[in-house]
Parts: sequence; structure tokens; C-alpha cells
Amino acid sequence: MTMNLAVLIKQVPDSDEVKMDPEKGTMIREGVSSIINPLDLNALEAAVGISKAFGGRVTVLTMGPSQAEEALREAIALGADRAILLSDRAFAGADSWATSLVLAETLRKTGPYDIVLAGEKATDGETGQVGPEVAALMGYNLATYVSFLDAGPRGVSVKCTVEEGTLYQWIPLPCLLTVLNDLNEPSLPTLAGKKKARRAEILKLGLAELGLTRENVGLLGSPTRVVRIETPKITRQTEFFSARDLERGIDRVIDILKEAAVI
Amino acid sequence: MRKEDRNFQGILVFGETRSNKIHSVTYELTGKARNLADVKGCEVSVLLLAESLRDDPSDLFRFGADKVLVVQDPSLSIFNQGIAVNVLKAIIEAENPEILLAPATTIGRTVLPSVAAMLQTGLTADCTGLEIDPDSGLLLQTRPAIGGNVMATIKTPVHRPQMATVRPKTFRIPAPRNRTGTLIYPTLPKETFSSPIQSIHLQRAEGDGGNIQDRDCVVSGGKGLRRPEGFRLIKELAELIDAGVGASRPTVEAKWISYPHQVGLSGKVVAPKIYLAAGISGAVQHLAGMQTAQKIIAINKDPEAPIFRIADVALCGDLYDILPRLIERIRVERCERNG
Ligand SMILES: Cc1cc2nc3c(=O)[nH]c(=O)nc-3n(C[C@H](O)[C@H](O)[C@H](O)COP(=O)(O)OP(=O)(O)OC[C@H]3O[C@@H](n4cnc5c(N)ncnc54)[C@H](O)[C@@H]3O)c2cc1C
Ligand SMILES: Nc1ncnc2c1ncn2[C@@H]1O[C@H](COP(=O)(O)O)[C@@H](O)[C@H]1O
Repeated sequence: MTMNLAVLIKQVPDSDEVKMDPEKGTMIREGVSSIINPLDLNALEAAVGISKAFGGRVTVLTMGPSQAEEALREAIALGADRAILLSDRAFAGADSWATSLVLAETLRKTGPYDIVLAGEKATDGETGQVGPEVAALMGYNLATYVSFLDAGPRGVSVKCTVEEGTLYQWIPLPCLLTVLNDLNEPSLPTLAGKKKARRAEILKLGLAELGLTRENVGLLGSPTRVVRIETPKITRQTEFFSARDLERGIDRVIDILKEAAVI
Repeated sequence: MRKEDRNFQGILVFGETRSNKIHSVTYELTGKARNLADVKGCEVSVLLLAESLRDDPSDLFRFGADKVLVVQDPSLSIFNQGIAVNVLKAIIEAENPEILLAPATTIGRTVLPSVAAMLQTGLTADCTGLEIDPDSGLLLQTRPAIGGNVMATIKTPVHRPQMATVRPKTFRIPAPRNRTGTLIYPTLPKETFSSPIQSIHLQRAEGDGGNIQDRDCVVSGGKGLRRPEGFRLIKELAELIDAGVGASRPTVEAKWISYPHQVGLSGKVVAPKIYLAAGISGAVQHLAGMQTAQKIIAINKDPEAPIFRIADVALCGDLYDILPRLIERIRVERCERNG
């Protein structure tokens, strides 16, 4: 048998480059380059491995602005066979539900798939909700926090990292797995891969092609709304010590440790 | 589902049990749900799934529950997401809660998004604050926002239930009160307890140096340590005062220390008596994991470091100067006390 695989990837700001604005306490995002969400690289690595073992095809998909095409080309350089960009003005402002709906609809239109892989969470939003929500919309069996997998023709044996330890499960196909970085060591793009990536055709789909309506996607289709954004309130009286005062500061720390009966 | 479609009422807490015992986060969420319910004037129900519960579920009444639903079945001995989703969905369909709260544990973070998608409603992950909007009666869900040093407040205006997950230790367990409620053992159709997924085995891990969430003191190091060996100094201080060792995310990503030590939005939430942060700037994602500590002591060479804004004691200077001095002082205090 051959395996039809899909990987959900997201383009995120490179968090190593993000700097804080000392005045406003906000992040400076200008000039920060974009990368593929690190855990999605683990997902891709696993998919490419499975397709090599069984024969099959790896499709990567991302919903995002047109720049997200870069992420898809990088994924092709890393071994993906086909790339789909879901880009439409109407998709903007999507919460995890509205994102999942577009991804699920795409899987339905371009599938069927045996195994879909996603990162456990993305470094920017960090909801970790998209994978499970897509699985539920597709009616696929779901496993989360996957740190080891062994795929077979009828299902996948997984180890999942949970608070209590390691959970061993058997997940029949079709399934969606969200993965952790213990799963594997993502490889680097090869020269041949890079060449292929440059020439590759990226399939672009929007609202019309997916047969969705404006009311169901993007901000309009999102059940949640951001009502306000604020900087956290300062709730403590800070005693500040520097330079020659530091010895007094250390005295205060000793007092606190004594009060708490630590020393 | 839209609120017009049914009469949604009350708050349901998806409780967590481990090894047939009620996990402390269930008490934390029950207490928080009680506060919210008192504002709304509604009831709090708590759902527990177990093979065969060893704790007394009626204990939850004293922490704010009006109703406790205990679903017991042999299939619940090891977590199975397929079955857990079936059970929660069945209970939601019977109870029609307006609000659903769950712990942001691996279980809650697996079951809740699945159920949210099936019910076509919104879900906010890892909330650090929950409130009822006095005007609309809606649940206001606050969480650190994408990327910035800011908090976003989110609501779910028309879809029901309004769903949120909350990290353990975010809210305190309230003092128990003298109250009672109704204990129910719902019977669900047999097929609820079957799933194509097979949970084969749960291998319990040996404790990784003890859980930092259970410690009275936590000493954490950040990027300001500048090199992996910096954690030796952190550990030395931690051992001296019997504290857990915490860390900021970049130090974990750089593999200076392992992930179970990470404090913050994508690590653990700690609420110790004393939290000492050395070389940590105080990004909102880090604060999300420690701001409820009783006393915060921060060491940073930058007088403008955001961590100082929430610290009780700010020591501005080089941590490689201050930490050894502090360690020395503690040793001296010890000697003097021991005669
Ligand atoms: C979605 C998301 C989730 C995140 N989750 C987490 C999380 O769970 N936990 C977490 O910690 N972060 C998290 N982060 C990262 C967070 O935004 C910050 O980048 C991170 O907390 C910064 O770590 P730091 O304070 O150690 O490093 P920096 O911000 O680099 O700060 C280092 C500090 O050390 C000080 N310093 C340097 N040298 C010395 C010296 N010799 N003596 C004293 N002080 C010195 C500097 O003045 C500076 O303030 C997350 C980010 C995102 C986007
Ligand atoms: N816009 C998107 N396009 C494709 N995949 C996504 C998108 N957003 C999230 N994902 C996938 O879902 C995972 C979890 O993301 P999140 O729920 O945002 O934390 C990511 O690691 C991706 O695999």
C-alpha cells in the first residue's frame, strides 16, 4: 500500500530575533524574519520518513498571507511532494476554529489522506488547538503530544508524553497526530531539494475554490473576539536596590527567607 | 452551537482525575467557577471521569460545586481521547452549560479543542484570568497575547458553551465552606465507552528532580546567565534553601536545562511563597507562569527590566556578583543559628 500524507505547517516570526521595546514593553516585529514553526518541521520529517518507507505522497498545506509561499517552498526542499497555499483576504483574523475549518475543507477536497501531521503548537499563538480541531472536523482519530511513532498499513503506534509519564496508544487510520520535538531530528534541505523547491508549482486555493462562504471564515467566522489588549497592571510595591545599596537589598532578601521559615 | 438554539445555563467544570484520585486543579477550577457563578447567579457542576474513584467526590461541594457528576467505567482506567470526548459531549448535550472550564493539561488540551470543534464554538487556551462582564454576562477570558508583552481579553459572544482552559496553579484553591450539593452517577449508553483508539499502557515516569509546582521556593535562571554553567550557581542557591529550579524559555531552548524546569506560558505555572528570578527580563509569557508567587525577588543588571515592575525586591546589578554574595550570607546565617 502507499500512504497519502499531509502536514499542516505555519509560518511564524523567528522568536530568537524578536526584541523588546523597552519603552512600551511590546515586541518589535519589524525586520524579523519568518520561519516554519519548529514543531511543524518535526511533523514534516516524520511524514517524509513514512512516505519513504511505504511509498506515497506528502502534501504540505498552510493558511496564511502570500509570503507563506516561502515556507511551502522550504517544505518542498525538505522532501514534501506537493504544496498548497490557502490565501484569501477573507481568511484574515481567523481564530483556531476558523483556521481549522479552512484546513479541514482543504483536506477533504484534496484527500483522502491516511495520516495528517501537525505541530503540537505554534510558537506565536500557542493555542495548540488547530490539530485537534481539524481532526474533529474530519472525523479522524487523534493523538496529541506524540514523541514517538511507528506507522503501519492500518494504524500508527504512538508514545505520547503526558504529565504522568508516557502513554502508549494504537491509532487506526485515518488519523491526525500532533507532534513534539522529541519525535526526530529534522533534516536540512538538500541541494536537489532546493532546486526542486524553486521550480515547484504551488497550488493556491481561496474562498471560492474551497466552496466556503465569507461568513464562515476569517474574523467573521470566528466564534471568539478579542475585546481588549492591555499591559499587565503593576500590583506590587517594589523596593529597589542598586550599587552601594545592594548589601541592604541582600538583607531584605534574608529577612524574606527568614519570614518564610526557609532559613 | 449558537445561544439561540438552546437554553444554556450554568458552569460545567471538566475535572481531572489521575489514578482514580481527584487532581488539585479540579479544586482550583471549582473554586473559580463558584466565583463566576455567584456573579451570574447560576449553578456549578463538576464532571469526573474515572475507572473507580478513590476520593470522595462530595468533597467538591465544599469548594463550590452544586452538582458533581461521576462517570465510572472500566474503559476509563487509562486516558482515551476518543472515549473522553464521547463522555464530555454526552454530558454537555444533557446539561447545556453556558460556560465550560477545563484544566490546560495534556488531557484538557486534547479533549476541549475536539469538543469545541464538534460543537462549533470558541475556545481560549491557557487563560490566566476569568471574569464575568457585568453588562453582558459574558465570560471574559484573559491570556498573554501573541508575541507581545500584553494581555488579551477574549469573549465568545454568540456561540455556546463559552469554553476556556486554565493551567494548573493559576487560581488558588478556596477555603472549604460548609455546603452540600447533589451527587449523580449518570448512566450513558454503552457505545459512549468505545473508541477505535486503543490506550495500551501508561508508563509512569520517575520524578524529574521533583515537580517545581509543589515547592515553597523556586529559584530561576534566564538568558542573563549567559552560559549553561550559570545554572550551577542557580542550583547551589536552590539546594541551600530547598527550592525548585526554574528557567526561562530561551535557556530551555538552548538546552542549558531540561523542559520540566521551564516556567511560563509554555512551561509550568508556579505559585510558590518565594520566587527568585536571576537574569530574566520578565516577558509577559514568563510572568504568566510566576506572577502569583507571594514574594518575588528579581536580580537583573538592567534597571528598566520589566521583571522589576512586579518584584517585591529588585536587586539591580550583575547576578555573578549578587548571587555569590547572597549564597555566602545565607551560609553565614545558617552557621550563626546552628551556634
Ligand atoms: C507564544 C510564546 C510563549 C512563550 N512562553 C514562554 C515561557 O513559557 N517561558 C518563558 O520564560 N518565556 C516564554 N516565551 C519567551 C518570552 O517572550 C521571552 O523571550 C523570554 O521569557 C525571555 O527570557 P529571558 O528573560 O531569560 O531572556 P532575555 O529577555 O534575553 O533577558 C535576559 C535578562 O538578563 C539580564 N542580564 C544579562 N546579563 C546579566 C547579568 N550578568 N546579571 C544580571 N542580569 C543580567 C538582561 O538585562 C535581561 O533582562 C514565550 C514567547 C512566546 C512568543
Ligand atoms: N494557519 C495555519 N496553516 C496551517 N497549519 C496551521 C496553521 N495554524 C496552525 N497550524 C497547525 O497547527 C499546529 C498548532 O498550531 P496552534 O493551534 O496555532 O498552536 C501548528 O503546529 C500547525 O501544524
